Amino acid sequence: MNPFHYTRVEDSPAAIAAIGHDGRARFVAGGTNILDLMKIYVEEPTLLVDINRLPLATIEQRGDSVLIGALARMSDVATDATVRRLFPMVASALEASASPQLRNMASMGGNLMQRTRCSYFRDTATPCNKRAPGSGCGALGGENRMNAVLGTSEHCIATHASDVAVPLMALDAVLHVAGAHGTRDVPLRDFYLLPGNAPQIETVLVHGELITGISVPVVPFASRSTYLKVRDRAHYEFALASAAVALDITGGMIQNARIALGGVATIPWRAREAERMLVNAPATRASFQRAAEAALSGAHGHGKNDYKIVLAKRTLVRALEMVATS
Amino acid sequence: MSQPLTGAPRDRVDGPVKVTGRATYAGDNDVQGLVHAVVVPSTIANGRVVSLDITAARSAPGVLEIMTHLNAPRVNAKKATPNDTLLFVLQDDVVEFDRQPVAVAIAETFEQAVHAAQLVRVTYEAHPPTTDMTLGTKFVPKPAGDASAPKQRGTPAEAFAGAPVKLKQTYTTPTEHHNPMETHGTVVQWRGDQLVVHDSTQWAFGVQRRLAAMFGIEPAQIRVMAPFVGGAFGSKGTMWSHVPLAVMAAKMVKRPVKLLVTRPQMFGWVGHRPQTLQVVSLGAGSDGRLQSVTHEVVNETSLSDEFVESCASFSRDLYAVPNFGMSQTLSRLHISKPTPQRGPGDSTGSFALESAMDELSYAIGLDPLELRLRNYSELHPNSGKPYSSKRLRECYRLASERFGWKDRNPKARSTTRGRMLVGVGMASAARSSHRSAASVRIRMNVDGSVVVQSGTIEQGTGSPTVYGQLAAQILGIPFERVRFDFGNTDLPAAPVAAGSQTSGSIGSVVAVAAGRLRDQLVALGGVVPAAGIEMLVDDKPSPDEAAHETASFGAHFAEVEVDPDVGTVRVTRFVGAFEAGRILNAKTATSQCLGGIVWGISMALFEDSRYDARTARIMNANLSEYLVPTNADIPNVDVILVEGDDQFANPAGVKGIGEVGVAGSAAAVANAIYHATGIRIRDLPITPDKLLG
Repeated sequence: MNPFHYTRVEDSPAAIAAIGHDGRARFVAGGTNILDLMKIYVEEPTLLVDINRLPLATIEQRGDSVLIGALARMSDVATDATVRRLFPMVASALEASASPQLRNMASMGGNLMQRTRCSYFRDTATPCNKRAPGSGCGALGGENRMNAVLGTSEHCIATHASDVAVPLMALDAVLHVAGAHGTRDVPLRDFYLLPGNAPQIETVLVHGELITGISVPVVPFASRSTYLKVRDRAHYEFALASAAVALDITGGMIQNARIALGGVATIPWRAREAERMLVNAPATRASFQRAAEAALSGAHGHGKNDYKIVLAKRTLVRALEMVATS
Repeated sequence: MSQPLTGAPRDRVDGPVKVTGRATYAGDNDVQGLVHAVVVPSTIANGRVVSLDITAARSAPGVLEIMTHLNAPRVNAKKATPNDTLLFVLQDDVVEFDRQPVAVAIAETFEQAVHAAQLVRVTYEAHPPTTDMTLGTKFVPKPAGDASAPKQRGTPAEAFAGAPVKLKQTYTTPTEHHNPMETHGTVVQWRGDQLVVHDSTQWAFGVQRRLAAMFGIEPAQIRVMAPFVGGAFGSKGTMWSHVPLAVMAAKMVKRPVKLLVTRPQMFGWVGHRPQTLQVVSLGAGSDGRLQSVTHEVVNETSLSDEFVESCASFSRDLYAVPNFGMSQTLSRLHISKPTPQRGPGDSTGSFALESAMDELSYAIGLDPLELRLRNYSELHPNSGKPYSSKRLRECYRLASERFGWKDRNPKARSTTRGRMLVGVGMASAARSSHRSAASVRIRMNVDGSVVVQSGTIEQGTGSPTVYGQLAAQILGIPFERVRFDFGNTDLPAAPVAAGSQTSGSIGSVVAVAAGRLRDQLVALGGVVPAAGIEMLVDDKPSPDEAAHETASFGAHFAEVEVDPDVGTVRVTRFVGAFEAGRILNAKTATSQCLGGIVWGISMALFEDSRYDARTARIMNANLSEYLVPTNADIPNVDVILVEGDDQFANPAGVKGIGEVGVAGSAAAVANAIYHATGIRIRDLPITPDKLLG
């Protein structure tokens, strides 16, 4: 990696001040993504501001939502009793993520800030519009078996790799953000940007802004939820397709539904049309299949990832069946 | 003296130093004044280097030199023997494959060298590469595979045409990279005109010989040390370009040099199993008896070398079939040279043949195991010679009983467990054993302790333990009284530790030497002279041994669960039984078989080096995207060692155990997947997308 400066800070104002106006300075918490990318010269920060000492690691219920500190480790959130009771799909998404070692290091804020990426983004010998704007997309027409089928553009088809962002998207989580000009709340649904013609810009955060926490609204029926992740091997692998599903079913009829997809889209993918189709529908396989068709209606394959369209539908149907019969 | 048929399951003597991190591997040798070299790999696969901008790299902190084809020392990079690999050691500007070395950064620290390597700017003249075997230049290698073996017996085409049951299918296997846990690495030091090399290699003497030819010095001027090797699987059987590059770098900067190959570079110039395209034709009677087998193979090779993945020999040598034909074609691609990978030819060939046999069993409605038994060959099918020993029937019987094979519903897609489809499959395992000349020095000290010395290496297979056990048994002394020295060219010569020949070669010479020492001790009335007894013993295969064919055998039985909706496969049970003559150590032998089965599961489900067809660059050149199994992917694997002696194989009575477990294991998984789903996948790996139906 390139030589860089490093500084450690104790609180949010100091962190934001340390980042300053240097556009190539970055926050670092667990470092499980940025250090990887620095070693392969994809990220070349001039300065790392270590925020691990900021007091942002608590997990607590506050009224009708649960506040997860940005520095809570993935493993802490996965084992938190409140999270497991209220949002089983959040816990199971975390448990399906990475490896235990990485989950012990990686922070929740860092997880949401991990780069959307693919094999070409990670390889500086190849073109990538996200890494080197204007150089082209190597994945289009290349080895794109793992790439996205939803939310893509002609400039980028990289997949958003987070598992936990998928159920958080389904739950309408809200991010608390601090910056040089104060704090603001950003709903997760507005946080991620589709690649469009500027795939290098992945979120609405401006330089120097820091995620301090994640509020997850208590959706009563989310206690009946699951996260299903389909992958090539049993453990320590990205999703080929995943689905976070919560269903409110009374008398065999669906009253309410929350659905988001992972592994198939350029951002954690909320499937609102599929949700709408399920409301007031019977909790049957036929309903689930119609919802899955709707969820993937805008999908486009790029050759080697064509299978993901079918796989995502089947994953979603299976996840809906799992929750309906739970 | 009668010897036990199975050696004690003794813990390996090097276990404690390995698990506590004290074992010394090649890259751990930090000699005084050491500097670090890092290779700059090419980013194109076909063309030439037009220019190199080394200004920034040369002026980076700690940098001593940037070695390129413009300033590198001239060496003899030509092949010394036809089997040598062409090495890419900065003698010209030609680029033949992606990640070929094009420069070497040399700096005071590893980090500085890595940084400097990244600062080298290379401008290429690039041409489109070829990565498709159907488009590469095709040719028949001379000789193809085993030159001495006939390519045909009987009249396979006519017999196939007349067979009541015919099956002809195409099977493909992808490029796979070895990826031992220890990446390749070397530490070199010139001492005047003497060269000391610490290298991670399966053959210290091979490194010594090739370096001598390259640098125009005598082998005796070169000492190669390979104390421990952290896995190799064939990828360290020949010396690759980075070793002479390190020697050249040391010459340039006049300092000792350490050169470590990084994990992405492991997908560059250090070998891989080639992709294969195999057409298998089976002609059989309605009773399942084979009348004709033809196995046609195409495998990829590089521009400058010929590598044969001899898949067809598995079909030639396993079943009793009167008519057999084979062909081998190579296709030149812009890739680095393929190299043997654990069970070369048999791992890939068995996937094709044993899948085809499974297909035949369903076609005629016969138990796949019964089909194998009906075609059992008591004699070697190709040479007609007897085997030194063969207990494949017992392998089938013991493994099938342990597995509960007869309890299965023979119909495909007939068995479920909850939402999962359940399937079982089996396959045969076979791997011919070889033996080469080897030497050992054996010494009994006046206190009765014994030292056995061989220049062979330890790559995790248990050499220092099992040869010590063998010598102790023959001498009738406690194991603790024997020390086995190994791992450098100062010791008596040993062949490459590959090709299922090490226990046959080293084991035999150890057995012979221990026997002679015992005889001499008896002649001396059991009294060891004050100076001790020492002898240097050479041994090579005797003409008598050629009267028999020597091969190890086994049987695999696998159970899988397949999710019918999303196509995920989990291996849920695996039983394998193996026979390899006398077993030197039941524990290390079991580990070898277990590792072979895991390797096969990995072949079946995961491993696949994916070239971008436009650039011939491997796009998953890391262990995040090149998948190998995790613990969660591997069920309890039940290994049965079938005990038995072998009086004809060699003086030690042993056959190879390191590779037989790989042969057939991928096919057993693929066959189980067919039984579970009714979907036949003939293209490895079997990933969920292929099972969506």
